[in-house]
Amino acid sequence: MQFIIDHYNYWLVIILMMAGFYTVISRSNLIKKIAGLSIFQVSVFMLYISIGHVKDGAAPIIESDVTVYSNPLPHVLILTAIVVGVATTALGLALVVRIKEAYGTIEEDDIHKQDQSL
Amino acid sequence: MIESHLSLLIVVIPLIAAPVVAVLPNGRAPWLFSTLVTWSVFYLAILQLANVSTGGVVSYELGGWAPPWGIEYRIDSVNALVALIVSGIAAISLPYALTSVAKEIPEKQTSLFYAAFLLCLTGLLGITQTGDIFNLFVFLEISSLSSYALISLGRQRQALTASYQYLIMGTIGATFFLIGVGLLYAMTGTLNMQDLSQRLPEIFEHRTIHTAFAFIMVGFALKLAMFPLHLWLPNAYTYAPSIVTIFLAATATKVAVYVMIRVIFGVFSLHLIESTPTDELFLLLGMAGVIAASISAIYQTNAKRLFAYSSVAQIGYMVLGIGFGSVLGLTASFVHIFNHAIMKAALFMALGAILYRTGSNQVKDMRGLAHKMPWTFAAFVIGGLSLIGVPGTAGFISKWYLVLAALEQQSWIVVAVILTGSLLAVAYVWKLVEIMYFNSGPNASSKTSSEDIKEAPLSLLLPLWLLVIANIYFGFDTSLTVGIAEPAATMLLGDKP
Repeated sequence: MQFIIDHYNYWLVIILMMAGFYTVISRSNLIKKIAGLSIFQVSVFMLYISIGHVKDGAAPIIESDVTVYSNPLPHVLILTAIVVGVATTALGLALVVRIKEAYGTIEEDDIHKQDQSL
Repeated sequence: MIESHLSLLIVVIPLIAAPVVAVLPNGRAPWLFSTLVTWSVFYLAILQLANVSTGGVVSYELGGWAPPWGIEYRIDSVNALVALIVSGIAAISLPYALTSVAKEIPEKQTSLFYAAFLLCLTGLLGITQTGDIFNLFVFLEISSLSSYALISLGRQRQALTASYQYLIMGTIGATFFLIGVGLLYAMTGTLNMQDLSQRLPEIFEHRTIHTAFAFIMVGFALKLAMFPLHLWLPNAYTYAPSIVTIFLAATATKVAVYVMIRVIFGVFSLHLIESTPTDELFLLLGMAGVIAASISAIYQTNAKRLFAYSSVAQIGYMVLGIGFGSVLGLTASFVHIFNHAIMKAALFMALGAILYRTGSNQVKDMRGLAHKMPWTFAAFVIGGLSLIGVPGTAGFISKWYLVLAALEQQSWIVVAVILTGSLLAVAYVWKLVEIMYFNSGPNASSKTSSEDIKEAPLSLLLPLWLLVIANIYFGFDTSLTVGIAEPAATMLLGDKP
């Protein structure tokens, strides 16, 4: 039980990851898919940040009376990954706008039907 | 000066050129500038390959930070060869782009189109150059994001959905890769691939390492369109503008195959592959991919989609080479990366020329085209022969090495699958040749009347024939392809425990 509580952030990562991934797979609304994809990516960001934590470590700012610091590198990596994630979401939503203009719908099934009837 | 920063310049030149191109006025200027950039990058890539072809390794420390803390660009003959392929295809396809882009992409988007093209090139070259696995993820996303944008520029509205589908699949793949990298970092505390390969053997039995391996493999199987994760590829290739299809078909999946090989043999090791069922799985999926995708190709009514499925089948061959895990198998994969790039680029260029003249890539609209576009048709036939693997073409060399690798391990079933795949390739190439050459009925269904269709303009034919000649040349002279691939494969397999 203590194990579960101590690692609660990892459990959150798993829950978010599965929720996001399931949304991408199961929803036919294109915007909801993008939202699911974002949640999926965010869970990975949380995973990285959790990895960076060092037991009893302080924030990685040099101070005289601190000896153990958390690892700042994963945070820096995730800053990059967040930028990538934002770009992906923006591009995905831009595509949805264009799809809406071209098809008049953002439901995957309707789009599929329109393509089939051609 | 250039010598010492060579490996960085190859990535930085197109990266800096991209925003410059974006602000140039539409029209010819962006094209001229991009052409200059790609040819100079191609020249640098040749220099780079010459530097390392004798077996040396060039290590470049970004910003002077020593690896493994700083980002390292680590060039050996493996990635120098892949960088050469990517920049070479870009350099050859840009002269083609001027006419093709003018026809297929609205003029007000040309400068943005070339900017996205250069960004895609940056990403792909960055993947090949870098020795840092997180840096690789960033470059992967640069190339992916720009290729989604490029694909969505297709004229039909299906291009948008194809691009969207690719975005979803590609992002899931890249995120899986990111999870794997995170787990590796948690276990080893390093992101440098060279450093990883030294630290990993001690903790191979750990379950986290196996999980990381699985995540990375599935992530990249999505990016390289390994059967059965190839579903995004046919739509993306079919609806993208011709020039984008040429470039992506020849480079994007090849670079992903390179990463797969690099991660398996350069970061993990053959030992891990053989202690898990990965090698059997690769052989199985490779065989299934070759057969299933080739059969799907036969039934397609759109020529671009036909060759897209054929690409999935060809990737199956490369996966087979990885699955063997032997020097011969890897040599076959590398040689096929090179040869498939030039043959698919040639074939898609021929289709692009047909699209330029007829406005369609439907098989039924190609009736009798051989008589109106003899040069395009001849190039198409030679490209097709190379795809099948007829002796005297580049395709034969890679099939030959693959069969040798299969014979070496006495897996007769793989030999049978390779030969069946070639027979199926004969079927789908013949289908097009027949309709273009022997079926000379009036072209009623096409919008343009058949009198208007004449030979493609010289600016399309020249790059096309350059690639066709390369296809024949590398069918005889294998010193560049096999001569580099074989020591590269030995190096990847050799110095691992």
